[in-house]
Amino acid sequence: METVIIVGNGMVGYKFCEKFVAKSKSKDFKIIVFGEEPRPAYDRVHLSEFFENQDAKALEMASAEWYSENRIDLIVDEKVSEIHRLSKTITTAKNRVLSYDYLVLATGSSAFVPPIKGVEKEGVFVYRTIEDLEGMLGYAAKLKAEKPNAKAAVLGGGLLGLEAGKAVMDMGLEPHIVEFASKLMPRQLDARSSQVLQLKLESLGLNIHLNKATNQILGNGSIVGMEFGADDILNIDMLVISAGIRPRDELGKTAGLEMGVRGGIVVNNKMQTSDENIFAIGEVALYNQMIYGLVAPGYDMAGVAVHQIIGKAESIMPEEIDMSTKLKLIGVDVASFGEPFMPASKGYSIIFENKTQHLYKRINVSHDGKKLLGGILVGDASDYNMLHQVYLNGMAIPEDPSQLILPASEAGSSFGSVLDLPDTAQVCSCESISKGDICSSITEDGCNNLGDVIAKTKAATGCGGCKPMVSDLVNETLKSLGKEVKETICEHFDYNRQELYDLVKVSKVSDYQETLNTYGKGHGCEICKPLVASIFATVTMETPNRQPTIQDTNDRFLANIQRNGTYSVVPRVAAGEITPDQLIVIGEVAKKYDLYTKITGGQRIDLFGAQVHELPLIWKELIAAGFESGHAYGKSLRTVKSCVGSTWCRFGMHESVTFAIEIENRYRGLRSPHKLKGGVSGCIRECAEARGKDFGLIAVDGGWNLYVCGNGGATPKHAVLLAEQLDDEKVVKYIDRFLMFYIRTAGPLVRTAPWLDKLDGGIDYLKQVLIEDSLGIAEDLETEMQGLVNRYECEWKQAIENEEVMKRFKHFINSDDTDDNIKFVKMRGQKKPEAWV
Amino acid sequence: MREVLEKYKTVVESEVNYWFKVGKATDFPENSGACIKYNTKQIAVYNFARTGKWYATQNLCPHKMEMVLSLGMIGDREGIPKVACPMHKKNFSLEDGSNLAGEDLKIATYPVKIKGGNVYIGFLD
Repeated sequence: METVIIVGNGMVGYKFCEKFVAKSKSKDFKIIVFGEEPRPAYDRVHLSEFFENQDAKALEMASAEWYSENRIDLIVDEKVSEIHRLSKTITTAKNRVLSYDYLVLATGSSAFVPPIKGVEKEGVFVYRTIEDLEGMLGYAAKLKAEKPNAKAAVLGGGLLGLEAGKAVMDMGLEPHIVEFASKLMPRQLDARSSQVLQLKLESLGLNIHLNKATNQILGNGSIVGMEFGADDILNIDMLVISAGIRPRDELGKTAGLEMGVRGGIVVNNKMQTSDENIFAIGEVALYNQMIYGLVAPGYDMAGVAVHQIIGKAESIMPEEIDMSTKLKLIGVDVASFGEPFMPASKGYSIIFENKTQHLYKRINVSHDGKKLLGGILVGDASDYNMLHQVYLNGMAIPEDPSQLILPASEAGSSFGSVLDLPDTAQVCSCESISKGDICSSITEDGCNNLGDVIAKTKAATGCGGCKPMVSDLVNETLKSLGKEVKETICEHFDYNRQELYDLVKVSKVSDYQETLNTYGKGHGCEICKPLVASIFATVTMETPNRQPTIQDTNDRFLANIQRNGTYSVVPRVAAGEITPDQLIVIGEVAKKYDLYTKITGGQRIDLFGAQVHELPLIWKELIAAGFESGHAYGKSLRTVKSCVGSTWCRFGMHESVTFAIEIENRYRGLRSPHKLKGGVSGCIRECAEARGKDFGLIAVDGGWNLYVCGNGGATPKHAVLLAEQLDDEKVVKYIDRFLMFYIRTAGPLVRTAPWLDKLDGGIDYLKQVLIEDSLGIAEDLETEMQGLVNRYECEWKQAIENEEVMKRFKHFINSDDTDDNIKFVKMRGQKKPEAWV
Repeated sequence: MREVLEKYKTVVESEVNYWFKVGKATDFPENSGACIKYNTKQIAVYNFARTGKWYATQNLCPHKMEMVLSLGMIGDREGIPKVACPMHKKNFSLEDGSNLAGEDLKIATYPVKIKGGNVYIGFLD
């Protein structure tokens, strides 16, 4: 048996273990891993997430058990101090001596601390390990206690520096970035994209200082500022240095391995050092005169070293290493691929810039316009996967290459089909899975859906960035085989929502259990239960009180469950019109039950922090004062937002508030595949933002213009015009038809905008169905809606009047105690839940 | 708050020292969870009426440390009875408490017995 010792348990060291276990089926090797940190390898790339939850375990690459299950000896908190090449042994800091057949150095790098006067002062940190972060957190907490508006600077505006910037921002300190160069991310971005990024980051609250060479760090004991020039001083209370990395190559030096002039252990394309039994991988390895500070090349190096050791000599590192990268910095997409900065001698650049939306896209193409050479994306990197593939595989590009980056036209994407990619195209770079691997898992191995393919190939199990592309590949491959790509609800029902809706309606099954027994299999789940509940809500207009156990928690308790397991309460305030007396009642209730209050985006008032047993008490008081449920918890009509209209406004054309109240009251309580919002504006100034709603009305000369299928949220979309200059009656008719058609045909959790996107024929088809009645169902839709309107009742009133229902509002079955796990803290004079651990 | 998690350790039926009566079987909604209190512990009890089985687990979801699992919808994944946390839909096996997506999260399970129409949960102490 041969022994492999790995020095260093970082991301690359871990990857070596993972690949080794996967490749070497035999039990011919003993693997020993040393890590100097006190814990197993963790995901350093996502270090800033540690601030959100301070959960070191969540960042782990694999648990300590994983190593033992795979018969790897993991020794943490112990540094390897010496290599003795002649005897092929190592000595550790605890004076243990072990012998090896192969030694793999994956010691990584450390933060480079520039020799600035005063760097040793208290409050100066580097950003590298979880221990560094814990030190920063402790210091920041102390600072904030003494000084509420304390400031922190990050020295270095590169990739890691900006991550550190997010970290200090999350700690509640005023964040400053200090960069020596004239732009942010100087290695990845050109001047213009860097400026777009800078504007975006400044709009998020980061203060950015460029062209600053730090002369010294000021302070007596602990840091109070940075001095750049005689009169150029930045007062700060904490400093994080992120000015680059230095390879941890001490072991190579003392062992007499060949070293680079500026550090790093020299390796060949087999990842061997000048000693053939010693390998170096990751940020300590100097390959082609370069240190590669990205994780992907490190993983590739780990793979090559594994192959070399188990005897697959043909596996070598390619001559050119792809340094393309895509990441989210403080929520902003940034990507660069291929040759990001290209001299004019090699080709032309096509640049799209929109500073108002903080967007920048640049592609570099060859002089003949046939090849993509590289590019930069800031603000929106959704096209990165495809552009990167086109670049890597030298694929043909459109005659007008600008189509690759211009905002998508009606005609759709200019990339063509994902199936055009060559089989060798690497789709998942974390796991090295090619397009061919994915397709053959379907054509050869019988996978039938995305889940199977992921389970079989491991694609998309790393960073997950390739998942949209994997999903497209799976769907296209299935289609090309003539297999139907059927969207079924879940493993319990082989139908889509529309089919099950029709079955329930026609067959008159009485409840969920009967539906499952008749049309499904197994015992149900959290996907099909609320879906069937929503179908019953439409078919029989029942409230969630009848079948409580198949409802989402929100519907079951008729309130929105919030962060610490408490609930929020939103009474309906139709169209946002509220009397002073009603305001006083809400205020009194909020005060009595100590609720946090906030005005919502839908022109009403949200009361947070109620415990489950308080909900009926709160609602009894609200209902007594004439309020009713606002259905803020349901996939149902939320609000119809309005402006004051001609009643008050000197520009108003019609009475928008009056009409909005009528519409909101008409559709209140209506359950749908997703939430529904409406808006009514009294003139084209559109103060009610009606075009950002599922249905919106705008007053014009001669009536109302009706727009449908808009929304705000993650994918904002303007509603499109369905009909013009309608009178009140026509408006109601068309909205009845529209909503009912949507409720009948949309998939679960699909809002109106994506529903319209997928509707064959789009808005023209919708106009035919709803206005010209091409399917002959218009009257049916209206009757069905009128039936639902007639049967409306407030479900909270129903709940407080029924003793059986009231039993539900209790935390424990066997005790009247309340949940003592709930904790609140103060913030700006109100309460808020204690932060997550 | 990690120490709250430490309170909950899986109990197997053969080691039970004390069966705690938590109420009548009819107090527990069918095909649903409900929460009971035992000293300082919160236990979610599931009346899986479709199969006639009962399960019990900690009420605390180890993902974000909230006392909510009894509010989750129950059902099965490929035949394994499960509960889905209402907060972020983490799925846990009711049989052994493991996370069904293979994540490094686990919940403690407790034995349940029904005797004379009453529900009992087994504890070590």
